[in-house]
Amino acid sequence: MIKAPVNKIIPFSSVDGPGNRLALFLQGCSFDCLYCHNPETINKCINCGCCVNVCKNNALSIENYKIKFYEVNCIQCGECIRACQNNSDPRVRYLSVDDILKEIKKVQAFISGVTVSGGECTLYIDFLMELGKKIRDLGLTFFIDTNGSVPLWNKKDLIGVIDSAMLDVKAYDRDEHIMLTGTDNDNVLKNLDFLIKSNKLYEVRTVIVPNVLGNRHTVDEVSKIIGKYDGSKYKLIKFRQMGVREDKLNSYTPSMKIMNELRKLAENNGCKDVIIT
Amino acid sequence: MNNIEKTIKDNILTYEQKVLALAKEAENTLQVLNIDNKTTEYINEGIICSLFEGNAPYRPRYILPDYQKFMEKGSEFLKLDKPKTIWEAVNNLLILYKHVPSITSFPVYIGNIDELLNPYIDDEKEAYEAIKMFLKHIDRTLTDSFCHANIGPRDLMAGRLILKAERELQDSIPNISMKVSKDTNEDFIIDGIKTSLITAKPSFANHEMFVSELGQQYGIASCYNGLLIGGGSYTLVRLNLAAIAQKAKNKDKFFNIYLPEVVDCMCRFMDERIRYLIEESGYFQSSFLVREGLIDQDKYTAMFGMFGLAECVNTLLDAKDKKDRFGYSQEASELGLKIIENLEQKVSAHHNKYCKDGKFLLHAQVGIDSDHGISPGCRVPIGEEPALFEHICVEAPFHKYFPSGIGNVYAFESTAKNNPKYVLDIIRGAFAKGMRYFSLYSSDSDVVRITGYLVKRSEIEKLTHGEQVLRDTVVLGKGAVENLKVLDRKIRKND
Ligand code: SF4
Ligand code: SF4
Ligand code: SF4
Repeated sequence: MIKAPVNKIIPFSSVDGPGNRLALFLQGCSFDCLYCHNPETINKCINCGCCVNVCKNNALSIENYKIKFYEVNCIQCGECIRACQNNSDPRVRYLSVDDILKEIKKVQAFISGVTVSGGECTLYIDFLMELGKKIRDLGLTFFIDTNGSVPLWNKKDLIGVIDSAMLDVKAYDRDEHIMLTGTDNDNVLKNLDFLIKSNKLYEVRTVIVPNVLGNRHTVDEVSKIIGKYDGSKYKLIKFRQMGVREDKLNSYTPSMKIMNELRKLAENNGCKDVIIT
Repeated sequence: MNNIEKTIKDNILTYEQKVLALAKEAENTLQVLNIDNKTTEYINEGIICSLFEGNAPYRPRYILPDYQKFMEKGSEFLKLDKPKTIWEAVNNLLILYKHVPSITSFPVYIGNIDELLNPYIDDEKEAYEAIKMFLKHIDRTLTDSFCHANIGPRDLMAGRLILKAERELQDSIPNISMKVSKDTNEDFIIDGIKTSLITAKPSFANHEMFVSELGQQYGIASCYNGLLIGGGSYTLVRLNLAAIAQKAKNKDKFFNIYLPEVVDCMCRFMDERIRYLIEESGYFQSSFLVREGLIDQDKYTAMFGMFGLAECVNTLLDAKDKKDRFGYSQEASELGLKIIENLEQKVSAHHNKYCKDGKFLLHAQVGIDSDHGISPGCRVPIGEEPALFEHICVEAPFHKYFPSGIGNVYAFESTAKNNPKYVLDIIRGAFAKGMRYFSLYSSDSDVVRITGYLVKRSEIEKLTHGEQVLRDTVVLGKGAVENLKVLDRKIRKND
């Protein structure tokens, strides 16, 4: 049975799609964003062992050159991820689809569905397909939250099992996107177009980062695309320093004034549902 | 200065509050109840507590008049005819409310107001004006947060207008419950949730559960008390499980000596209060509510309250570490259930000839402002709450034992306003797990739910600065904020 590296499972989430959702975070990302709030989800562990000794609770050890995590002892203090130089997390577990279904069934009465996020979940297409099918068999909806780096337009089977997707469009300008994430945005914009046309785009997200990004340009262009079609939300997220790696970015949290101006712009371009968080 | 003079000279009290306090002082000069020594001892130790009901019961604690009947027939005593317009309808109700007593002298139940008013709606705009005026009148004259309205389970225009008016008014009174059944229109519940995230009401009542125990004719009164319409509760006395555990020190003595003895004393104490009310005070012989069939003694019960289960369990298990305490450990949950089952059996075995089916109903009491470090009913203590899913799963199994009321209050981050369906899913899940009653508010709203009732933070501030406030429950709210730490509830976002 296929397994995937799981960073975290949040049984109740209010911000990962419609209704209450179980959110599943997979480990590993194709981007390396300057403002990443969960940099510990970017890379897979290389078993260097550097985090073992910082854990004061005997939750980590290294056995046969491999990190071992003893969940019962962990108090979620986060010391290990602060010590990791590799943007990874020693607590990641490889779980099968059935392992995850067990967790879902516990909270099934309370949720509308499941959203798989990351890292970047589309790095695990086969896993997503198997999981998605089983989730939908339970009568729940299946959403993915993606950075758009993996081409989805040639993954018809996956598109068949997802109810909808949340897509990050971090920057519209290609060079700016490379500066921010280390990768161009060709696939992202193609995915944007594809998801809209397949009627599978729940929400587009853009983080507003003053000083660093051409926020206005991105919001303007993206909202023009969303605005042409009906139904997708546009979520504008205020940059917040919390959790972001130090020295990566020289920015600040934008004021509501800036956010409201961007909202106006998006609305004028035809977006009906613009959310600021 | 004695208490009476102190009351007279207390400038924090409004005139009305003084009159009520003086009446209580007068009542408490009497010693008319026959209470045996053992019971008196338990009362003095704070193990049995009559919740300020007074020494000489002369009206039932909770009255749920049959307002539907009143709307159909009017009242001879009040010289009111059956209303013909929405204005007459709200006016008639406002008049009757002032003649429905309770332990605080204010009515604790003002009816399923959407059902009562809906037939009188001709024009939506006019109805909205009338409803807003009606609610504002209630807030400014029935100045007690235990005053409780019901709406639902049907999605009626009147219900929608009530919610809309509450979003606009943001008043703390009346408290409101929305009865939610499997068939209740989802959009109506969402409207209720949106209102709740703005102004901490309505709360949500598991309609199927209440109907299965009390029948269709039930109402939610005071904090969250399920009682029969046309009836009510003679009295509510509560038992302090935390204090019994302290005294007993171990499980054996708790189950075999103290719990049976305290339950026995408390049942007899309740019997005596009911006897005086019915046989001596003359309330049921003289009230026009009885004469006109708006209440009926046959529909009355009495509420056997309890609180402090969490502390009781933690004491009996000597649980210090979080993982061993109530809210986290399986063993603690099992012991808690064993205690409540045991209590239920003992209370059911008692017979009182004046109560419906001869029975008292169990009630998970929400605590009072002076409780220090003892949790309401069967709640996990504030400050120790587990993640929301676990929290609900720990508390839900207790709800079936408490037809006359149990529930908890969950504080949500204001971002939940962007996704009210999130809250709906949680409420539906909680009901599916057997939860009876669910209250919520948003961490940023002025109106907050204290334990069962509502208070404005801004009014607590005023009182703290020595200013008068209109609503008596603000005083209780202030005490609860200080002693029960209710503003420190865990804020639910994603967990
Ligand atoms: S795409 Fe998301 S998870 Fe990946 S680096 Fe960027 S912000 Fe972090
Ligand atoms: S979070 Fe990391 S460092 Fe902290 S207890 Fe858990 S494993 Fe150890
Ligand atoms: S989590 Fe990071 S520090 Fe720990 S072993 Fe893996 S790569 Fe090394």
